Parts: sequence; structure tokens; C-alpha cells
Amino acid sequence: MTMTEPVSGRFGDFGGRFVPETLVPACEELEAAFRSAWADEDFRGELNRLLADYAGRPSPLTECHRLSEELGLRLLLKREDLNHTGSHKINNVLGQALLAVRMGKTRLVAETGAGQHGVATATAAALFGLDCVVYMGEVDMERQALNVFRMQLLGAEVRSALSGSRTLKDAINEAMRDWVATVENSHYCLGSVMGPHPYPWMVRELHRVIGDEAREQCRRLLGTDPDVVTACVGGGSNAIGIFSGFVDGDAALVGVEPAGGAAIGRGVPGVVHGSKSYLMQDEHGQVLEAESISAGLDYPGIGPEHSHLAAIGRARYETVTDDEVVAAFELMSRTEGIIPALEPAHALAWVSRAREELAGQSVLLNLSGRGDKDVDQMMGRLVTGGGRTE
Amino acid sequence: MSAEPGPLEAALRNRRSQGGKALVPYVTGGLGDWQATLSAAADAGADAIEVGIPFSDPVMDGPVIQEANDRALAGGITPQGVLDALGRLDIGIPLAVMTYYNIAFRFGLERFASVLAEQGVAAAILPDLPLEEAGPWSEAADAAGVETVLLAAPTASDERLGRICARTRGFVYGVGLLGVTGVRGELATSAVVMAKRLKQMTDLPVLVGVGVGTPEQAEEVCQVADGAVVGSAVVRCMLGEGSPMAVGELIGQFRRALD
Repeated sequence: MTMTEPVSGRFGDFGGRFVPETLVPACEELEAAFRSAWADEDFRGELNRLLADYAGRPSPLTECHRLSEELGLRLLLKREDLNHTGSHKINNVLGQALLAVRMGKTRLVAETGAGQHGVATATAAALFGLDCVVYMGEVDMERQALNVFRMQLLGAEVRSALSGSRTLKDAINEAMRDWVATVENSHYCLGSVMGPHPYPWMVRELHRVIGDEAREQCRRLLGTDPDVVTACVGGGSNAIGIFSGFVDGDAALVGVEPAGGAAIGRGVPGVVHGSKSYLMQDEHGQVLEAESISAGLDYPGIGPEHSHLAAIGRARYETVTDDEVVAAFELMSRTEGIIPALEPAHALAWVSRAREELAGQSVLLNLSGRGDKDVDQMMGRLVTGGGRTE
Repeated sequence: MSAEPGPLEAALRNRRSQGGKALVPYVTGGLGDWQATLSAAADAGADAIEVGIPFSDPVMDGPVIQEANDRALAGGITPQGVLDALGRLDIGIPLAVMTYYNIAFRFGLERFASVLAEQGVAAAILPDLPLEEAGPWSEAADAAGVETVLLAAPTASDERLGRICARTRGFVYGVGLLGVTGVRGELATSAVVMAKRLKQMTDLPVLVGVGVGTPEQAEEVCQVADGAVVGSAVVRCMLGEGSPMAVGELIGQFRRALD
């Protein structure tokens, strides 16, 4: 089941293009532009050069000796935290910014939760000389003040989303409203494998490099694929990126959702933000507000391809609690000298909990971002004791 | 195409054949004294009314209707609650519900269509359900005798507008500008352009909405269009503690401007 281009924008029963009529021609234009660019060797060459010389790819594969011993398994990390801007998000934005320039757009619009995609978009906008507006929920702007300033330093305008839960879902609503009004000169640089077709497909293709590199690196180190590939899932871009390298093999694929934002764990199929997918919603179809320790995963939906992978049984999705995440955050910091972002700490939290099931197996974990952005928040929780329940 | 126009299309055609312009205000269901507001709007000369079923994530709506949604939801309104109330109402003009696709999807498409019909609702407008995705809903709606109004935007090619005109029921809803719902200082030139393009393409009533916020703007766009949809201006009045009578007076001003 190689991850190919979705037919009519569908991954099985999921996906589609549920957007206001105004945006349909823009989505069609983007789909055609991406298809043409992705088949163009010059475009691919330029993107690969940027990924290498600017973002620092390939990212290393790190074997965790001390943590592996502690957990009784063989843990490998795909080090997306070492990319420029500190997360996997740069892969996607360099591709989309290059595409925006190719399409003649002069302005990037983006949403952000934790701020990583916003920082990455602001970075790409600075690199290409594009205007940039990033929407961020008011609550997230408080949680991630450092990233707000970082985006401003990079020349972007950060606008607060004041409606609803004032987190990622509302930032996406605001970004879509902006795009409805500015579609002629703006490109919506969506940050995950969600939204209307072609985004789930395009963003997956732009993150496929994670899985392609990791597969080669694993085969060099292990001589084969790992037994398990795991990643955290909000919208699901880093997970799709690493899964795409292993979906055709035998590795078990495990996405890890926060208990407070578990679209597959607690949702039912629905339609929001342009596609049909699993969605946390009430009995009347109102979208629920996600709530977790990690702003980057506070999303009530999930990319449609994950819903498809779950529906056909090719991937499974687990949930972890905030307390388990905090413990994992500390564990990785202390045993490996790597402070993870809270998002990938979710994946480690699952590995740690499932250690008996995973005993003796090789586990590849996508370390999608570094934890610098979370240090302030964790200091509040761990040093001053706010909310710790151990 | 059904042989006989549904009640919404019939009412709008009737207004046009009498040499008049149609006025379709929008009222958020569950907001304040909304049921009395519907009666007041009918009394003030509305040809039909769009009734919003609030949704948590209204991406096509600007700040005014967002706030109306949030308040109505906080007040506990549900889709079923709006529809039950509409079934009890008898104001003598056709009603169209305006909501987002997930509300209908969660309800169940066939069930939603049949409940609309049972409660006497003539039509449905789902602004995040474009032509390519509208098939399953449109079939369910056609079968239940509910008119599905499609939106037509300034970004569409003529070829696309033609397909939209062929599939829409009731009327064709021209989007007046690039942007979400809300009152602007001036009517965008795109509103008149949109009306002209659509009028050349279809005999269906052509109504323009989004960015039509004053009686003067409604009059201006109706130089070409068959009518106007007025949303945020009405809802802003409701949010500002506007009594049904005050909303009726506002709608009366639009009515007089169009007559």
C-alpha cells in the first residue's frame, strides 16, 4: 500500500475538499502547481539543496544506549530536533515557500499551535523575501511567548485568534478566513497533513524525506527495518513523514495522541477545516476543544490519511496522559542529554508504558522537535511544583 | 432539474415577476429573541429568511456572526432545537437554514434532509460544501424536496459558474467579495460584477450576499441582482440588544431602499 497520490483527494473514506467556494479554484491551482513542481527536477534539486545547506539535512539517527537499557528495548531517534528552527516543520515550509514563489504569490499565511510551524514559516518567508502573517490562539501566545517574539524577529506579523478555544483550531479558522480574503496574492502555508486536498498529500510528500532517510539509516544500523516506528500525532505531519518510509514494510506503525486531543481515540468521523477525518465532537456536531500539556498537539482533528491508516489497520493509535508525558520529558533529558519537545515526549511516554510489550524490540521514534520552547513551561510545572502528580 | 420550482425559488421569482427586488435577511438561530425576530423580519417585508444553525467553527463568517454563534451555543441551542422551533413557526414566507456541513453530516444526511422537510424548511445553504463535495447531500435534499442553494464566488471561471448555476436550487448565491461575512464601508465592485456574470448565465434568481451591509449597498447591487442577502448588519443589531422591533425597523429600511 505505497503512499501514492490520493485519488480525487481521498484516502479511502477520508479527505476531500470541504472549503468555501471562494477557495476551490485556489486549491485546484495549488494542486496543479504542486504536481508540476514535484515532477520537475529543477524544483526538487532546489528544494534538496535548501534542505541540505539551509536546514541541515539529513538529520542523524541516534541510538539511545542508556535509555534503551533502562527500557529493555533498542531505541533509535530520528533527530528532526536538529533541523534548523528546531523541528521537522522546516521540511514542509521550505517546499511550500518555494512553491509559493513559483506560483507568483507574495505573502504567506500560516497558523501555529506551539509556534514551531509559525517560526518555520516566518523563517522561510524571511529567506525568500515574502510577507508573512501567522495566526496563533491567544492562549497559545501566552504559553509560547518566546516563539511569538522569535516570529516577530524574523519579520512576521503574529495575529491572535480570539474566538472559540483560542488555540490551534481557532488559529486555523482565522488563517482560512484570511486566505478567503487574500487568495489572489497569498499562499496558505498549512502546517500539517490536514486541510483540503491537496494539503494532506502535499505536506506528506514534503515530509517523506524523514521516512526515506530513516529507512536507509535503519538498514545501515540494523540491517533491516525496525520492529516499531512511533511518532506523536496532533494533525500528524511528523508521523506521516516517518511512516511513509515504512508503510510498505513489516514495521508496526504507532501514532501517539494526547488523551485530551485524541481524534482517533475519542472521535468519530466528521468534517472540519477542509477534510473528512476523525474528529472530537459532541453529539450535535460541534467541535470539541482539545486540551493537553502540549500546544502543538492541541487539535481535535487529525489528518485524513491517519484516519485511513487506522481504518484499514495499518497503523494503530494510542493515547498518553500529561503526567506520562512529563515523566518521559524528564527521562529523556536525564538519560540521553536530549531535551525533547513535549510533542515527541508523547511518543516516548507510550514506549515507556508499553516497554513490556516492546521488550527486546527495535523502536524508531521520530524526535520531531527540541524542547527549548517548553523549558519555561516545564520550569513552572517541575520546579515550582505546579500540577505535578507523582 | 425538477419540473416545478420549490417554494423558495417560487417566492423569489414571484417578487421578480412583479418588478421587485428580493430581500433575504439572515438571523442566527438561538440568539436572543430570534423567533420573534423572524416574525418581525417577515412583517417588515422579507421575501425569505436564512436561519443560521450555529456551528463551533464557522470559517466563512466574520467576527459578528462568529460572536452570534458563540453566544447562541453558550445559550444551549442545538440543531434539533432550531429545527423544532422552525416547525412551530408560521410566518408565511420560505425559510432556508444556513449551517456548516458537519452539522448535517453528524445528523445524518438523509435524516437532516427529511427533518428539514418535516419542519417546513424550504432550503439549505452549506457554505463549506462546494460543488465537488455536494453530491451525497444534494441527492438527499432533492429526494426530500429541500432546495440546496450553492454559492458562486468571484474566483470561479465562467465554466465553473455555469456548473454551479446548473446544480443550485432556489437561487444562486453570489458572493459579493473576496472575504468572509461582515459589513464593509462600501459595496465592493466585485459584487456588481458577480451579479452581472451570473445574470448572463442563468434565469434563476440571482441574489448577492457577503459585504452587503447597508440599504444603499443593497440598492446598488440590486441595480443588477435580483435581490440581496443581508446577514451581519441584521445580526449586529441583534447582538446590540436589538429588540425584534428594532431588527424589523432595520429590515424595513432595506425593504424601502429596494422598492
